[in-house]
Parts: sequence; C-alpha cells; structure tokens
Amino acid sequence: MATVSMTVNGKAVTASIDPRTLLVQYLRENLRLTGTHVGCDTSQCGACVVHIDGKAAKACTVLAVSLEGASVMTIEGLAMNGTLHPMQEAFREHHGLQCGFCTPGMIMSAVDIVNRRGHALDEKTIREDLDGNICRCTGYHNIVKAVAAGAEAMAGQSMDRKEPPRQAAE
Amino acid sequence: MSATGIGASVRRKEDHRFITGQGRYTDDINRPGQAHAYFLRSPHAHATIKSIDFKAAAGMPGILGVYTGDDLAADKVGGLICGWMIHNKDGSPMRAGAHPALAQGKVRYVGDHVCVIVAETLAQARDASEAIVVDYDVLTAVVDTASAAGAKTVVHAEAPDNTVFNWHLGNKDETEAAFKAAKHVTRLDIVNNRLVPNAMEPRAAVGDYDDGDGVFTLYTTSQNPHVARLVLSAFIGIAPENKLRVVAPDVGGGFGSKIFIYAEETVCVWAAKKVGRPVKWNSDRTEAFLSDAHGRDHVTHAELATDADGKITGLRVKTTANLGAYLSTFSSSVPTYLYAPLLSGSYDIPAIYAEVDAVYTNTAPVDAYRGAGRPEATFVVERLIEVAARQLGRDPAKFRMQNYIKKFPHQTPVIMMYDAGNYGAALKKALEIIDYKGIGKRKRDSARNGKLRGIGFSSYIEACGIAPSAAVGSLGAGVGLWESAEVRVNPVGTVEVLTGSHSHGQGHETTFAQLVSDKLGIPIENVSIIHGDTDKVQMGMGTYGSRSGAVGMSAIFKAVDKVIAKGKKVAAYVLEADEADIDFADGHFSVKGTDRKLDFGSCALQAYVAHKFNGQDLEPGLKEGAFYDPTNFTFPAGVHICEVEIDPATGVTKIERWAAVDDFGNVINPMIVEGQVHGGIAQGVGQALLEGAKYNSDGQLVTASFMDYCMPRADDLPSFEVGMTVTACPSNPLGIKGCGEAGAIAAPPAVINAITDALGHEDIAMPATPQAVWRAAQKSITRMAAE
Repeated sequence: MATVSMTVNGKAVTASIDPRTLLVQYLRENLRLTGTHVGCDTSQCGACVVHIDGKAAKACTVLAVSLEGASVMTIEGLAMNGTLHPMQEAFREHHGLQCGFCTPGMIMSAVDIVNRRGHALDEKTIREDLDGNICRCTGYHNIVKAVAAGAEAMAGQSMDRKEPPRQAAE
Repeated sequence: MSATGIGASVRRKEDHRFITGQGRYTDDINRPGQAHAYFLRSPHAHATIKSIDFKAAAGMPGILGVYTGDDLAADKVGGLICGWMIHNKDGSPMRAGAHPALAQGKVRYVGDHVCVIVAETLAQARDASEAIVVDYDVLTAVVDTASAAGAKTVVHAEAPDNTVFNWHLGNKDETEAAFKAAKHVTRLDIVNNRLVPNAMEPRAAVGDYDDGDGVFTLYTTSQNPHVARLVLSAFIGIAPENKLRVVAPDVGGGFGSKIFIYAEETVCVWAAKKVGRPVKWNSDRTEAFLSDAHGRDHVTHAELATDADGKITGLRVKTTANLGAYLSTFSSSVPTYLYAPLLSGSYDIPAIYAEVDAVYTNTAPVDAYRGAGRPEATFVVERLIEVAARQLGRDPAKFRMQNYIKKFPHQTPVIMMYDAGNYGAALKKALEIIDYKGIGKRKRDSARNGKLRGIGFSSYIEACGIAPSAAVGSLGAGVGLWESAEVRVNPVGTVEVLTGSHSHGQGHETTFAQLVSDKLGIPIENVSIIHGDTDKVQMGMGTYGSRSGAVGMSAIFKAVDKVIAKGKKVAAYVLEADEADIDFADGHFSVKGTDRKLDFGSCALQAYVAHKFNGQDLEPGLKEGAFYDPTNFTFPAGVHICEVEIDPATGVTKIERWAAVDDFGNVINPMIVEGQVHGGIAQGVGQALLEGAKYNSDGQLVTASFMDYCMPRADDLPSFEVGMTVTACPSNPLGIKGCGEAGAIAAPPAVINAITDALGHEDIAMPATPQAVWRAAQKSITRMAAE
C-alpha cells in the first residue's frame, strides 16, 4: 500500500491505496465521486476526463500515487456554490447530451478547450479538439453547439470561477 | 402551444443530474458487503472443454467462489433463451442449440463464458482467473457468413448444416413472372457489415439476495427490466417474479444491445445467493466487444425489375444472416420479420419475394442493433433504386418520385399495411435543403480542385411502434408488445407517472411529463416520471423499436384520460352538478354554462379527503392505470441526402452536407427528436465509413477495442440540416410514429450512394474506409483516362 495526498475539488484528501490504483478508480471507489466514468480501457473514449492542475487528463491513464500534491477537479467540482458552470448550462440549453454517460468527460474536455483556445471557437476547432471524447448518442451536432455557446458564456464569467493557475514549471 | 406542452422544445428535466456528475448508473451502485465477479472467457472460437482445474485459484486470497456451468445446472438454472420462433419454408420449426450461461463442455466463440470467479476485489478475481487451468481440445472454427451453411465444422449438433432456419416471405411465383416480363433487371451483391453497438456505458450488473425475505434484486443495464425479470424468472428459473426485483437505473445508451438477457447478469444474481454477498460485475470495453450482441452481418443478392416506363415491377432478395454462436433473445426476428416486411421501401412494388437463411458461426451472438433488420432492408432497397436509376439513365429523385406509394392505406406484398405518409413532400423538401439544382456546379468545382463530388439519396421507411400483440404473436413472438402506464395523482395535485418504457438517453422524463402536463393543465414541474424498477412500475415491455412514443405514451394518454374521467365524477359531487355537465379544460373542471369550477389540484384533494361522496358509488383516490396495445405498426419515413467530396489522392471521404427530412407524425419535443435524428445518422455514417467488426479465420475478433474499431468522432461528421414533414399516425391517439432509429436506417445507403456517384462505379463495400475508397478511386481514374 502507498499513501498519497492530493486536493480533489478543493478538499484535501489522503489515502493509503494499492499502488496500481488508477486515478479513476480512486475517485470512483475510494472517494465515491462516480461522475467520472469509464467507457473504455484504452484511453480512447474520454468519459473519464478530469482536470489535474488545471489541465484535462484521462483519469484511466494516471496512477493515483503519481498525484502527490496535485489538484484534481472532477465534474462534481465544476459547479460553484450551487451555480452551474457556464459549460454545464450550455450542454443543457443546447441538448448536448442524451444518455449522459460521456457528458462529464465532454464537459471537462470542453472547459479545457476554452482554457487552451480561448472563447471564440469555430466549429472546425471544436470538432478537432473533441477528438479524445467519444459520444455514441448525439452525433456531436449539439455538443459542438454547446461548446461554442459555453465558451462564449465563459468569457463573461467572474474571475473567481476560474481554476487554479497552471504551475509555472509547465 | 404552451412553453412546456406538446410540441415545445422543453429543456430536459433529467439533465441536471447528468451535467453535474450525479447520474446513477449501474456501476455507480455499491451494496454493503459487495463482492466482485470476473468471467474467465474462452480464448478459442471453438473448443471442447476437457477439464477445468480451479483448485489453486479457489485457494487464493479473497476468493469467495469459483463456479462453472455444472454449478448452474445443479441449481437448475436454465439456459438463455430466444423469444421468437421462426419456421422454415416447409413449416418445420427453426433448429436451435442450447445456450448455457456458463459453458457446458464446449465453447463456441472467443469470449464465451467458461466460469466465474467471485472475490473480495476485482483485482483478486482477475489474479485468480490466471491460475485456472482449462484443458481445451481446440476445434476448427466456422466464421464466414456466406460459407457457414454446410461447412464441415458444426457449431451445434441440433443444426447439423449450421442453418438455424431457411425462411421466406412474399410471393415467389408472381415475383418470378415479374422478372420474366421485366424490361430491365438491376442486380447487386451486398454485404451489410457486422457492427458492435458500443453504448458508451458498458454493461454491468449487481446481484443481491435478501435471505430474510428470500428476494433477489438485480441492478442491471437494461432497456427493459420487466422483460429481464420475466425471462430470468419464467425461463431461466432464478426465482419466481414476486421474489425477483430488477432495477435498471440510469442507463448509458442501449441501441438494442441492452434489450437482451445475457449470461453475466444471470450469473451475478444467482451467485449473490451462492456466496451470500452482493455480487458486482462491470464489463470492460474488450469484454463488451467480445460478448455484447453484435448487429447486422448479412450477405445478400438482390434484384429489381422494371418495365419499359421505369416502373418497378418486382424485387427479390436472397440473404444469409449470421446469428453467431448462440441465438440471443430476439435474434431470430431481426433478419426475418424486422427485415423482409420492409423490402417494399417507400415504393409501390407489386411483387416481392425474400429468402433468408440464418446461420450459426463461431462468433458473438448477433441480435438487434439500432434499426434491427430495417437498416439492412433499406440498404438493399435504396442501393437497388439508385443503381437502377443510373443504369436506366434516370434522375434518382425523379425515379423515386415516379415509384413512390401515393395512396394510403397501402398493402404491400410483404405483410405491412402502410397507413399514412407523403413521401414526395419529404423528397421535395430535402432537395430544396441540399440545393439539388446546384449539384452540377458543385461537382465541377470539386473536379477543378482534383476532387470527386457525389450526392446520394436514401428514401427510407421503417416499421416502428412495436407492436400489435396479435400480429407479432402470429409471426412467432413469445410475448405481447403492449405498454403499461400508471398515473398517480397525489392529494396536492402533483403527479407521478409510472411507465414500462425505459429511458436510456431518449429524454422520457421530459417528453412524458410534457404530455401529462399538457393534458392535465398542470405545471411540468408537478409531473415526475418513474421507470426502470419492477418493484415500482407495475408492468412493462421496455424501450426498443422506437416504441416509447407511439406505444408507451399512448398508454400514458389512456391512463390520463381515465384520471380525467374519474376527476369529473369527483368534481360533479363537489360542484353539485350532473357528471355529464362537467367539462375539463386548461386544468379546471367546470360546470357547463356556469362559472362554477374546480382546479385539478383541488379536485385531487377532494378525491382523497372523500368528504363529498362517502357512501356513494365512487371510490376515494385518484390513480389510474392503462395498458395500450397498438393496432398497427407505425411507419416513419423520410428522405436523407448526403453530399460527399472524395480526395482521390488519400481516399478520405468528407461529408460536405447532410439534409434529413423525416416524417415522424406528431412530435412532442422537436429538440429531442432532432437529437435522435443526429445520433442515428452518426451511427449510420459510422457503419458506412468507419465501423466493421472483423474476425480472422480462427475466429479471433481483431477489432476488440476502440483502438481497432473505429467509432465516429466529432471531426468525422458535419452538422446536419434537419427538416420535418408531418402526416399524423392514424393508429394511435397521439399521432406519433417514432424517431429513434430513423437516422441509422437512412444514413448508410445515402453515404454509399453519394460515394458511388462520386466514383462513377458501384464497386465499394461498407465500411468505405480511406483505404477502400482510395482503391476504388484509382479504378475511377483509370476508367476516366480510358474514356
């Protein structure tokens, strides 16, 4: 067993875990944060996307023990004080989800796209940057619309919604 | 139309939990004391099991039990069933082998279930599985669809030539006469590629057993929990229905693959009693590829006869359908009654004859996948029509218009009675959306850039609203296909609707609430939809075949009507009027010709306090149930047009534009319906361009992960231009036809017709991958050079 301490959705957590525990298992099984999903075993589908130190990562491909001192944000941590994140709101408004299984990963990836690419996203950029997330229900049509709208709405959000800045070393 | 009523694009009530990570899927359920199951699967496509030695494994840390098919048999747990009996041409019943949940002496496909290990943790169960020694006598595998019949290797002794049935439909003599008299015959050989449904949520199960009450509970990824309970109880024999609860919570997509009753769910619920602990299994993606029921896999020769005027006079097909190693729950119905009755398409074809041979192979079972039989039929018809138009030098749109069915009702030669439609209207609208007039210029522009541009049509029809019980019973179904609903009005006027339909992405919590809120004149917030739990919902047949609107909502409609009728009786006492004088509109009961009225909530309260009618011939309470059994299938239809540009240097096909015009009858929520169309098209495009499950000659599935099986991603698809036409469905009270499968049915021939238009020849199969298209494009270039 190995001990690891990190921050998850703003809360400090420490646990003694089997060293082979993946981050997604740690989140789902130890912390019971079941919003992060597992849709494949090959880092292809993106249902498990979370943010590690402000950047999107596939939680099925990260060992939890490698995240000593890291800050992890999951879908459960995105809404602040009971107010939905603009990207969550945009997915609802534009019917960017059907069965909901890929949705947490899609939303976390979408927020990351905005963080990387800015608020004015054209369709081509969104489609290319969603390459790591598979949805089987929507045909992506409404997801693309939702991401564009969410990106625009994020431009208007107050500073305190932003995630912690990336570490200087990156 | 109110902002939340029928016809409004109401934002979904269920979305809050999904966008905040609070959806509750089967794998999110953890029971106290839960153990984990791992299935040891066959690495061979076909082998006799000489022995299974699990002594060492059973002694490993955390192992609670290792069970084989013998243990299931000892507990009298029956095999998995196929619920649809097909008869051969000579009237004899189909020939089916047994389908044990855990292998008994033989494995028949890679992924077949050898034994189950139950342990404290999943890692311990997996570790132990590696210590199990199975002595296999490996046999030759039969894999190929076209050559399975009569192959030396026999999958099941019960079907010595590997043929499950040879079945036919239509009129052979009339069709032969039509072909003899034909001016022109179009012939095509078609392979409808094998697909893996791949709902994003893998299948999962948690079995639980309460020893105090003797009650089993199964949490599972099911599109139809009541059907699962019926099969697990009445056929497999886990427990009587009153001692077995099946819960299908949030389900992350189904597309048909979660209709069926599989080995893993069966074993988990049985093993829960065996080990005295809840038992959880969650499929990984490769297990899903290996053991979820696959879809399609037809090999077909098809012919279309036309007369001198270009009128279609006959159609005949000979299809071989691969059903895999065992008959899955509804597998036999898919290449028969869900296929051949749709071979008339949208066209007036006087003579049709279809022959279908179904074969066993050493591959995963094949069953319904989005569209189920209807995409296969539509691909045959729409490819034949397009190729015939080309061969006859006719414009494909005009050729279709000429041959459309224009008068309704229309009896086809293959069972179906189309009740309403206007196919020409959909075609006209689609032509406008795609700017058909401008295609010549767009083709020339592409050619100047060294690209090949093509346009392809698909004028599909499907039979949905599955299905009238008497009709399906006469065709071999072992069940009736009604739906049930219960509408419970609480004393304060809020409403709970219990439905036998199951939502796994379709948005029932919103659309069903729209219906009830609209009819009762109450706020949509006051209506909750409850589904997916056999302990809560009285009965149900579940969700598939685009049946939840046409059948499920019709049951709710009937139950709401009964609530209103009862409410009128209550209101008559309260308002001191004759029941015949009570009207109900806009949420109020009123007395005709007066200003006396009672709002719905007050009426509900009066129904429960019962002060006004105690001792009279009226029961307290306001709760009504209904079963709705349709009288006909419904017939959604439409026209999809796909425009592609091919780069002959790379073989990449880019979908430039997509026009979809569908007639789904009346629509409850256009936003949700359009979403269903988008998703269906994406799956159809996946079949046409990207997806194909491939077994090698040894029966190894070489496309068993998302690394190898190409799923459509966002940059593989365009945005879609969706339009609608409406002819109300006459057979159900809401006029709904259903929309869930349309896109997946329409899309594949539209794509292939566009690609072959661009290529100038018909020599391309699905999936039209860049490599396949590149090869085909070289042929086009060679031809063009020769001309």
